[in-house]
Amino acid sequence: MKNNVEVKNISFSYGKTEILKDLSLDIREGEFMVLLGPSGCGKTTLLNCIAGLLDLTDGQIWIEDDNVTWKEPKDRHIGMVFQSYALYPSMTVEKNLSFGLRMMNTPKNIINEKIDKAANLLQINELLKRKPSQLSGGQRQRVAIGRALVRDAKVFLFDEPLSNLDAKLRAELRYEIKKLHRDLSNTMIYVTHDQIEAMTLADRISVMKDGLIQQLDTPKQIYNKPANLFVAGFIGSPSMNFLKASCDKPNKKIIVGKKLIDISKYENINNLMNDQEVVFGIRPENINIEKNENSILCKVELVEPMGADTLVWTSVEGNPISIRLEGSSNFNLNDEINISFDINKSSIFDSKSEERI
Amino acid sequence: MSAIPSGPRPKHLTIGRIGMYCFILTCALFFLMPLYVMIITSLKDMDEIRAANILNLPKELSFYSWPKAWSQACTGFVCEGLKPGFFNSIKITVPSVIVSVGLSAINGYALAFWRFKGAYFFFGLCMFGAFIPYQVMVYPLLKIEDALGIYSTLPGIILVHTIFGMPILTLIFRNFYTSLPIDLFKAARIDGGNFIKIFLYVIIPMSAPITIVAVILQVTGIWNDFLLGLVFAGRDNQPMTVQLNNIVQVDYGVAEYNVDMSATILTSLVPLFVYFISGRWFVRGIAAGAIKG
Repeated sequence: MKNNVEVKNISFSYGKTEILKDLSLDIREGEFMVLLGPSGCGKTTLLNCIAGLLDLTDGQIWIEDDNVTWKEPKDRHIGMVFQSYALYPSMTVEKNLSFGLRMMNTPKNIINEKIDKAANLLQINELLKRKPSQLSGGQRQRVAIGRALVRDAKVFLFDEPLSNLDAKLRAELRYEIKKLHRDLSNTMIYVTHDQIEAMTLADRISVMKDGLIQQLDTPKQIYNKPANLFVAGFIGSPSMNFLKASCDKPNKKIIVGKKLIDISKYENINNLMNDQEVVFGIRPENINIEKNENSILCKVELVEPMGADTLVWTSVEGNPISIRLEGSSNFNLNDEINISFDINKSSIFDSKSEERI
Repeated sequence: MSAIPSGPRPKHLTIGRIGMYCFILTCALFFLMPLYVMIITSLKDMDEIRAANILNLPKELSFYSWPKAWSQACTGFVCEGLKPGFFNSIKITVPSVIVSVGLSAINGYALAFWRFKGAYFFFGLCMFGAFIPYQVMVYPLLKIEDALGIYSTLPGIILVHTIFGMPILTLIFRNFYTSLPIDLFKAARIDGGNFIKIFLYVIIPMSAPITIVAVILQVTGIWNDFLLGLVFAGRDNQPMTVQLNNIVQVDYGVAEYNVDMSATILTSLVPLFVYFISGRWFVRGIAAGAIKG
């Protein structure tokens, strides 16, 4: 597939602090790319670099086979939506939408046409004459998205657009952004620290930490086969359970304290070495309560009913373990349960390199 | 359980409050006293003034000192009153305020949003410039203006006021602009604005509160200026303050205190007026930087 945006070996520093280090990223045409990571990981900086709002220390940025590294933001054919909406407070919604077009001396009839189209798409027709201060947060963000739409951008950039909204609105707008991408099929680059947004929206996610991309893959792959410990811990809520263990290769087992876990079904078992120190990771939904020859007996320590499902907390050899069960399941404190792990859905990491094995 | 809340009901008039009112009242009286003396003296005739009851109300109101101060009192050898000075002051103040506020707004905008190389150094220079006393620069500036051929001219004095106003105004504008959300500026850059267009269409419409503060500072500062007007304006462009001084400082004849008082009040009317109509805006502008929009 054709690449739409290519980030080639870019570096960016603020004074002496290096924020992005030799980072490369190819984004395909029509792809919804999410940059995900904790605050301070450089995701917003990367987005600003693509937008041309920050000058790179090194490297190149290409948009549609055009080296835009030194181009002004306005000449990059991008639209951007900000977390703080960034609507011009002195202008009406209509003027906000048309500002970019007016700056480019677009004829009036074309401006009106484009505003109509964007307003219909986002259902903001009734708001056109209002000032931003007269709009609610959700309406403001719709207008901000509209402002990016009217520019006929080749690439849309979103900088945590939903972070200032309450939970209900966030879900609503998330749905609409996804629909927008379905209908327009433009390339979109979306920065967020919210993994739910990342999982639901993305074609591919790039998980970032300390200015480096940790893993670049589809949401499914990232969730099921995290490349390293950081990604495994960052994605998923409640997060993945980790158990420190050492490998007993001849018996195809790992040893956690005094307990043995059979890993003969693990996909990459051949890459494990005997006595290797590892971290065994298993998601809460991949733990079953059933008694078999491999199950471990433990006690219920806490129960968190969440409606659709119930979270049961227990521990194995002092390591807290959460188990996601059906909402209808009924457990009490100190109940004895037998748990067993879905080994083919687990992940095993080398405890030194923290990479998945 | 009782329907009456425990503890004494909070008092509205406490001893602290009474003390505060007394203090405020004393301060007000202290500052109002000279104004009172000025106004009643300007309404007395000279015989009554010579009777030396400075705090007494006039027995007979006489208004002749006011027109005299405005259009007949002698400043040196010319006896045209303060009127020419008033118009000179306007001719000096209006362009100086417009130029200095306009340039400072652009400077502040550049410093806040277009972080060019050396911006912090320049910012530091402004800070430094804002605190250097005028007197240090009077002589060098005089020589420069003389060399440029604008010493003792209207453009000369306007230039001086513009130069002296800009450091502090640049600081004020820069601080206001840094309090605006940076995303607005980013959005405007993506929307195709360049340096000038962003300033005109996005920044200026949001600058009303701080511009009002800057204008108030400059109008009162330039109107009240004496030293620079005396040195740089030249004989033909003497501002009102310099003429007032000439009226009050008589070397011969009788000192007409009522005329002096009228002239002083007339001279201070403009800044007074500015404070009265704009006090509300002034406070709002100063506070504007503290509140996120």
